[in-house]
Amino acid sequence: MEEHADSAITAPPRVPWYSSDHRAVARLYFFLALMAVLTGQLLSLIMRFHLVHPQAKVGWFESLWPIGAQGGVMTPELYLSILTLHGTLMVFFVLTTAPMGTFANLVLPQQLGAAHMAYPRLNALSFWIIAASFLVLIASFVGPGGGPLSGWTAYPPLSAIGAITGPGEGLGQTLWLVSIAIFCLGSLLSSINIIATVIDRRAPGMRLMEMPLTCWNWFVTAILGLLSFSVLLPAGLLLLMDRLAGTSFFVPGGMRVGDEIIKGSGGSPLLWQHLFWFFGHPEVYMAILPGFGVVSVIFSVFSKKPVFGYRAMVASTIAIAFLGMLVWGHHMFISGLNPYSSIAFAVLTLAIAVPSSVKTFNWIATLWGGQIELTSPMLYALGFLSLFVTGGLSGIVVGQPGLDQYFHDTYFVVAHFHIIMGAAGIFTIFAATAYWFPLLFGRMMNETLAKWHFYLTFIGVYAIFLPMHFAGFAGNPRRYPDFTTFDFLAPLMPLHRAITHAAYFTAVVQLLFLVNLAWSAIRGKIAPPDPWRGL
Amino acid sequence: MVASIVLFVAPPAWFPTPISALASSFDSQFHRTLWLTAVGFLGIQILLIYVVLRYRNRGQAPATFAGNQRLEILWTSLAALLYFSLALMGMPVFTVPHLGPEPPGAEIIEVNAHQFAWNFRYPGPDGKFGRTRLDLISDAGGNPLGIDPADPAGKDDIVVSTLRVPEGRDVVLTLKSRDVIHDFFVRELRVKQDVVPGMDIPYRFRADRTGAFEIACAELCGLGHSQMRAVMLVLPAADYERWKNTQTPQ
Repeated sequence: MEEHADSAITAPPRVPWYSSDHRAVARLYFFLALMAVLTGQLLSLIMRFHLVHPQAKVGWFESLWPIGAQGGVMTPELYLSILTLHGTLMVFFVLTTAPMGTFANLVLPQQLGAAHMAYPRLNALSFWIIAASFLVLIASFVGPGGGPLSGWTAYPPLSAIGAITGPGEGLGQTLWLVSIAIFCLGSLLSSINIIATVIDRRAPGMRLMEMPLTCWNWFVTAILGLLSFSVLLPAGLLLLMDRLAGTSFFVPGGMRVGDEIIKGSGGSPLLWQHLFWFFGHPEVYMAILPGFGVVSVIFSVFSKKPVFGYRAMVASTIAIAFLGMLVWGHHMFISGLNPYSSIAFAVLTLAIAVPSSVKTFNWIATLWGGQIELTSPMLYALGFLSLFVTGGLSGIVVGQPGLDQYFHDTYFVVAHFHIIMGAAGIFTIFAATAYWFPLLFGRMMNETLAKWHFYLTFIGVYAIFLPMHFAGFAGNPRRYPDFTTFDFLAPLMPLHRAITHAAYFTAVVQLLFLVNLAWSAIRGKIAPPDPWRGL
Repeated sequence: MVASIVLFVAPPAWFPTPISALASSFDSQFHRTLWLTAVGFLGIQILLIYVVLRYRNRGQAPATFAGNQRLEILWTSLAALLYFSLALMGMPVFTVPHLGPEPPGAEIIEVNAHQFAWNFRYPGPDGKFGRTRLDLISDAGGNPLGIDPADPAGKDDIVVSTLRVPEGRDVVLTLKSRDVIHDFFVRELRVKQDVVPGMDIPYRFRADRTGAFEIACAELCGLGHSQMRAVMLVLPAADYERWKNTQTPQ
C-alpha cells in the first residue's frame, strides 16, 4: 500500500531547474542541504582539529580568517563562531530542510494522488526565501568583527547588547538573527503548503487513516513547524529590537559589561530561553519525524510485510509531536527556572519515551517474520534504528533533572543530541536518498558503494560518539575553545584525540557517498518503472 | 556493541570522587539509570541483529500479521512503568538541593561572576553584605564588586578570588552575574547552576571532604569561557574560621 504512488513515474521532470514543479523544488532543497552539510562537516573537522592542537599554526586558517587566525593560530572567538555556524547550518539548513524540503516535496503529492502541491508558486518562493536566509547567514560570518559566538541558541544578554560582549556580537549577531527570521518565514510558508496539500489534495476517497505513514509524518511535522516557527520568528524580532531599537525584552537592569553600564530595565534572559526552546524542542522532532515515516515504509517494503500497528504508529507520531511541544523546559533545568516547573517538565519528558518505545517495538515487529532484503535503503534505515535506540536511552539520563544538573552542557549532551538528532536524522536522509534516488535523478544509486558507505559511516559514527559520553562522565563542559586551563581536562586529551581521529575517518568515508551521488546521478543505471519491487 | 562493553569495562574517563551526600546519591541514581539503559541498549541491539539474521530473505513467504493489540498494550505499559519509577527514584537528587528546608546556621557566601572571572564575598563579622554600585566597580582599583564605602555594612566584607568553605557545614551560595549568563559548576558536588544577571540564585551544599576542587563556567559566556576557572577549597572547620579571622579588616 505504502509505495504504490511513487513507483508510477520515475523519470525526472523535464522542466527548468528553477521551475515551481514540486520535484524541481525538491532538487533545489537537496542541493542546498548538501552544500550546508558539507560546509557544516568541514567546520566540525576544524573544531575537532583545534581542540587537540590548540596552538597549531595552520597557513590556510590565516588565509581564510586573517583576523580570527592571525599567524595561523585560531582565536577562541573564531572557534566559537565556527561552532555557531556549524550548529546553525546543521540544525536549520540540513536537518530541517532536507527531510521536509527535499523529500516531502519529492514524494508527497504523488503519494496523495495529487499532481502538484496545493500552492506550487508559494512552494518555490519558500525555497528562495530559505536560500536568501542561507546567504545572509554566510554573510554574518564574513562581515567585520567576524561571526557571532553565542552558539545556535543565541542566549541573551550575550547576544543582546552588541560587540561589547565579544567580537562578532556586533554586526555578525545582527545578521545571524536576520537570517533566522528569514528562515522562519520560508519555513512557515512551506508548512502551510504541506498542511493544505494533505488536507485538500488527497485522491478522492482517500481518508486520512489510509495515507502512507510518510504522509502522516510530513503532515504532523508541518503542523509542528507552523506552531513553533511562528514563535521563533517574533522572538527573533524582539531580540533584534533589543539590539537595534533600544528595547529591553531580554536585558535586565543593573548590568555592567567591561567598563560600560548597560541601560536595560526589567527584561528577562529566561524569557528568550522559553521562547527559543518552545521552538527548539519541536525542532528536534521536525528533524526526525519525517525520517520515522521513511523508515517505516522502508522496513515494510524490504521485509515484504505490512507495517506493524499502523494505527499505533500514527498515534505515537501525534503523541510525540504533542508532548514535544510541552517539554521545552527540560533544556532549562539548571537555568534558574522554578524547581516545580522542572519537575513537571521532567515528567512530560519521560512521557515522550513511551511513544518512542512503541515506535521502536513496532519497527522490530514489522521486521519480525519478514523476508529481509539488505538493500542500501534498508541498511541505512536499520542504522537509524540502532542509533535512535542508543540516543533515546541517553535521553533517559539527561531527562532526569537530578542527573541533568551534572550532565547539562557537558560532552554527554553533545554525544546524546548528535546521535539522536544528527546521526539518526542523517541516516534517515541517506535512506530516503537511496530509496527515492530514482525520483530525484531517474537513475539508481550504486548499491556496492552505498553499502560500503553505510558500514563505514555506521562504525565511524559510533567511534566518535560512544567515547564522547565518557568525556561527559568526567564533567567535560561543551563549547570550550580549548581544554588547557583546567587540571581535570588534561587527562581527557587522549580520549579527545581518539574522537578527533574517528571524526577524520567518518568524514573521509563520506567521499564514498559524494562519489556515488555524482556518478549515479549522471551515469547510474536508468531506473525501471518500479525500481525496488523487482529485487 | 562490543566496543561499548569494552568502554565500560575499561572506561577512558570517569566521574571524580563525590564530596557530599547529595553527590553520592547522584551516583547511586546514575548507576540505577546506567544499568537500566545498558540492559535496554544491549537487549534491543541484540534483538535487532537477531531479527536481521533470522529473517534474511530465503525465498519463503513472509508473515502477514500487521498488529497485535495485546502485545502493543503490554510493551507500552511496561515502558511507561519503567521510566516513571526510575524518574520517581531519582527525583530527590533534584528536589533536596532545590526544595529542601533552609538549613539553619548555614554559611552565607556570595558568588559574583563576570566575563571572565569569579569573585567570592563573605559578609564579615556583622553578617551583612554592604551595598554595591555598578559605577564603583574597578578590578584594577581592588574593588571588583563596586562595594560602596559609604555603607558601614560593607566595611568588613571579604572579597577573594578563591572560594573557601568549611568541611561538614551547610553552605548557601548566592549566585550573581553582572553581565551575561555564566554557570557555577563543581564536578565533585555533581550540581551546576546557571548564574543569571538580574537574578539571585541560591546554591546549597555541604562538603564532607577537604581538598581543592575546580570551579568551571559551564554556560557559554564569550571568548574567555574556557578560561573562567576558580578553585574551591574545603577546609577543616577550625582552619576555615582561622582564615576568616585573618581576612577581617581590623
